[in-house]
Amino acid sequence: MMMDFLAEVTMSIMQKQKRRNPELGYARDLVQIIEQILPTCLEKNIKIITNGGGANPGGCRDELFRWARKKGITGLKVGTVSGDDILDRIDGLSEQGIHLDNMDTGEPLEKISHKVLSANVYFGASSIVEALREGAQIVITGRTTDTALTYAPMIFEFGWSWDDWNKLAAGVVGGHILECGAQASGGNFSAQWEAVPDLAHIGFPIAEAYPDGEIVITKHEGTGGMVTVQTVKEQLVYEIGDPANYITPECIADFTSIELEQLGNNRVKVSGVKGKPATSFYKVSMSYRDGYTAVATLTYAWPDALEKAQAADRILRTRLSDLGLEFEEIRTEYLGLNSCHGPIAEMPEIINEVVLRIAVRSKDHDSAERFGKEVAPLILTGPPGVTGFAGGRPKPSEVIAYWPALIAKNAVTPEVVVEEV
Amino acid sequence: MRFRLLAICHARSGDKGDVGNIGLIARKAEYFPIMKKYVTADLVRKHFEGICRGKVERFELPNLWALNFLLHGVLGGGGTKSLKNDSQGKTLSSALLRMELDIQERITL
Repeated sequence: MMMDFLAEVTMSIMQKQKRRNPELGYARDLVQIIEQILPTCLEKNIKIITNGGGANPGGCRDELFRWARKKGITGLKVGTVSGDDILDRIDGLSEQGIHLDNMDTGEPLEKISHKVLSANVYFGASSIVEALREGAQIVITGRTTDTALTYAPMIFEFGWSWDDWNKLAAGVVGGHILECGAQASGGNFSAQWEAVPDLAHIGFPIAEAYPDGEIVITKHEGTGGMVTVQTVKEQLVYEIGDPANYITPECIADFTSIELEQLGNNRVKVSGVKGKPATSFYKVSMSYRDGYTAVATLTYAWPDALEKAQAADRILRTRLSDLGLEFEEIRTEYLGLNSCHGPIAEMPEIINEVVLRIAVRSKDHDSAERFGKEVAPLILTGPPGVTGFAGGRPKPSEVIAYWPALIAKNAVTPEVVVEEV
Repeated sequence: MRFRLLAICHARSGDKGDVGNIGLIARKAEYFPIMKKYVTADLVRKHFEGICRGKVERFELPNLWALNFLLHGVLGGGGTKSLKNDSQGKTLSSALLRMELDIQERITL
């Protein structure tokens, strides 16, 4: 079983938690989930692989061991994978000539190096496989690619060689299908959303892997949702770039080679996947502080709902300008009308109500906070028929920006530790 | 004949930083050549005028009857920096499905 916990900004949050308390910095709900499911997993010999270790895989294991000792569980082997955290090594790497420039924009790291909150290498499956080979029943990693959590057990079980590119790529494709949970089994399904049965009890996708690299996507009996060629296709095209070159640490998968076939009810065969050799780089994900945002919403009712919301927007902007506040951006959207499709949306004949949504971004905390204080008075001093402000003043939240880079594989080494309670 | 893309395609969209991706998939094999012929990167760029600040790239996945579009600079900076309600581009897919096509061929909808 694989569990993915890490979005791009998650590492910075966990890094912050670890700075406050060196024992923390991992997904705390992971420990609660493992406590719930471990008895069943041990009974059925199901191994658990997760990246919920975040900024502190060892701390996560220690907490799990404390719980296990309390419960009298013995003989449980837990593997951790670390070494992905290079936050303390950035200066040293720079001295070695490794500069971590932004891989999208080409900008040098010096521009933001004083604001960096986290820096993590995306490792692949090799360290997870190593931990499994050492007998780990649970593998807790820091930053790994989402797909590695899925194809690591295939490599472990089938003994695929590290240059069997087609099979590795097949595993990557399986990983991409699973990594967003039920998005492959009927969730967020656009072709015919109303035809998906029992979304309240939707089953998560399962990849049945075979030694030759063939994979069958299915889900448990008695669960909601559905697995069809169309639900799998929608997940395959989700958040991809050049489909012929889906780059991972261990191979490049070619999504234009994938063949799909409906084998039966809720069973889709994935085959024919072609792969190419891996690059000599790991991707690095860094996060840094980049100012503040605040968001306010007010609801205006008929008559003249839109005109009143637009007037309120003008009044608020005038007030902000009078106060001399500086914002990098002020954005106004009308929820219910055009916040999603913008100018592509068509206007309805009658507007019963509209939500005015104003968002600001500033370099400093105080401007974003002051903006919040200017919104509430609009209810009493602005256009009539307005409500929806029960939540209180909008609070500034810190912008955690993302800095992608590449690092030569030989500059970092994953560290695998397997311990038994 | 005229129709909206919604009639012949389904789609899913998401984000990578400030780049939005839209995977556009033909509902039937016979619709894929129509999609491929008419839904060009240039037409998609025009469709998203005023929303997408950068270039539009198109990739083909004939095996899935699909096209993948990358819309650069469409998410207001992306991530937590974006001030958009839809900062992750989840609804770009349906915005594309609104597109109207006017084709010479006759197809069964």
